[in-house]
Amino acid sequence: MDFKKDFPMLNNDIIYFDNAATSLKPKCVIDAITDYYYNYSSNAHRGDYKLSVKASNKFEDTRRKVKEFINADSEKEIVFTSGATESLNMIVSCFFKDILKENDEVITTKSEHASVILPWFNLENEKGIKVKFVSLDENYCLDENTVISMISDKTKVIVLSHITNVIGDIRNIKAIASEAHKRGIYVVVDASQSIGHINVDVKDMGADFLAFSAHKMLGPTGVGVLYGKEEFLKKFKPFKFGGGMNISFNSPKEIEYKDLPYKLEAGTQNIDGVIGLGTAIDYINKIGIKEIERIDNELKEYLIEKLKKLDNIILYNEKAKSSLVIFNVKGVFSQDTALYLDKYNIAIRSGSHCAKKLEDELGISNTCRISLYFYNTKEEIDRLIDALNNKNILEESIGV
Amino acid sequence: MDNDLKREIIIDNFKNPNNKGLIDDESYIKEKKASDSCIDNFTVQLKLDNDVIKDIRFDGEACAIATSAISISIDKLIGKTKEEALNIINNYLNMIENKDFDKKLLDELIIYEDISKQPSRTKCATLGILGIKDLLDK
Repeated sequence: MDFKKDFPMLNNDIIYFDNAATSLKPKCVIDAITDYYYNYSSNAHRGDYKLSVKASNKFEDTRRKVKEFINADSEKEIVFTSGATESLNMIVSCFFKDILKENDEVITTKSEHASVILPWFNLENEKGIKVKFVSLDENYCLDENTVISMISDKTKVIVLSHITNVIGDIRNIKAIASEAHKRGIYVVVDASQSIGHINVDVKDMGADFLAFSAHKMLGPTGVGVLYGKEEFLKKFKPFKFGGGMNISFNSPKEIEYKDLPYKLEAGTQNIDGVIGLGTAIDYINKIGIKEIERIDNELKEYLIEKLKKLDNIILYNEKAKSSLVIFNVKGVFSQDTALYLDKYNIAIRSGSHCAKKLEDELGISNTCRISLYFYNTKEEIDRLIDALNNKNILEESIGV
Repeated sequence: MDNDLKREIIIDNFKNPNNKGLIDDESYIKEKKASDSCIDNFTVQLKLDNDVIKDIRFDGEACAIATSAISISIDKLIGKTKEEALNIINNYLNMIENKDFDKKLLDELIIYEDISKQPSRTKCATLGILGIKDLLDK
């Protein structure tokens, strides 16, 4: 299928291989956002007039779509946030901060994104909990049995990305959660890299909490989702107070908050962003998540096969199953490679990709990352390979 | 200077930079300098004796432009007085920012003259020398 016509950005003669940073947006998502501003711009949940009712309905439609998309039990379990970072911070600040005690252990890995690790490091500094790192296997992937073997009586939380943003291994959350739940351990999942790429089913995987951003799944920036099982989300202490989240406030002792999810959504929400997310979900559902996964895999295999034929490329994560490939060109710093490819209008990411603890395992801190999505093509990969098949990348990268 | 020669100097200094690797010596002052827009990351060490730069060393990971620029700057600045060094550095920064500067003061550093045409590279070309400047300003 030709998806190019659906994505205005793809008509700019660019090859976009940085989908793990943010995905491109289909025209239908952009149109849904402008439609809101052109035709029913108004506040949600605030007015009695038709415009506001429409905005509220569209906003709540997205909540229902998200609920179905991730197979949550109830719309009360879907809280809109500014993105996965805020969701992951809320999970720590609004819930775990109050229930964890000194020396309680939180298990994670060194290949997680800063947004996964830093809120817990901060809690370690504040409350003396202990963040424990599970070691990765020889391919820098996570073996679920290693996680399970690390569980001790002190373990209270396991926090993992569903797919990591550098190595790109797909974690067997289901096996880990099943073992964790037998011992009363909470499971927190960052689905930022898996959402919109593979099926994310909170019930099937057994996530107690899950976070993702709209912009990595064809939606706009500045909006994301916090999923939590209702029984736990009910115990969240709001960290933002204001309009939309209270029923009454007569005095400091007489404040009544709304029920979920509204008590965690203070202030005017990112209405256009939420509406755009709803349209992104519709678009993904139209193609089908299984079909997206199939295309992702086909492109990834094709890319790996082609890269392996070049003798100037070092590949780091060939064995990982998702659509991310990390590599370096021998003798060339990752940023120089990225700037060299930019001359061919090929956008890739270079650096540590916000996973700065991974250096301990990988032995190098900077790599180039190609992250594919279903609208990429084999022809684009061929153009990348042509550009990389060059003995003078370093010389040509410096632009002098 | 023709472009082939410029490239050759840059790549030589990237592959075999001057004074890479820090030393454990308390007579040096030290500073970390990380780019806020990319991944370039240096630690710079400097030893002053009676206002004369006796040594400069660096370590860290950075691109070809950043690494070569600090390497050439180190070569140029060792042996200069603090005042001479700051004058060279300020002229270099003026060159990168496309302002008036004195070519004679810069010697080989002139190879970065056209870097202002690549906005994403100007921070690479100045990261190391700004680290040295910070240490001289201390």
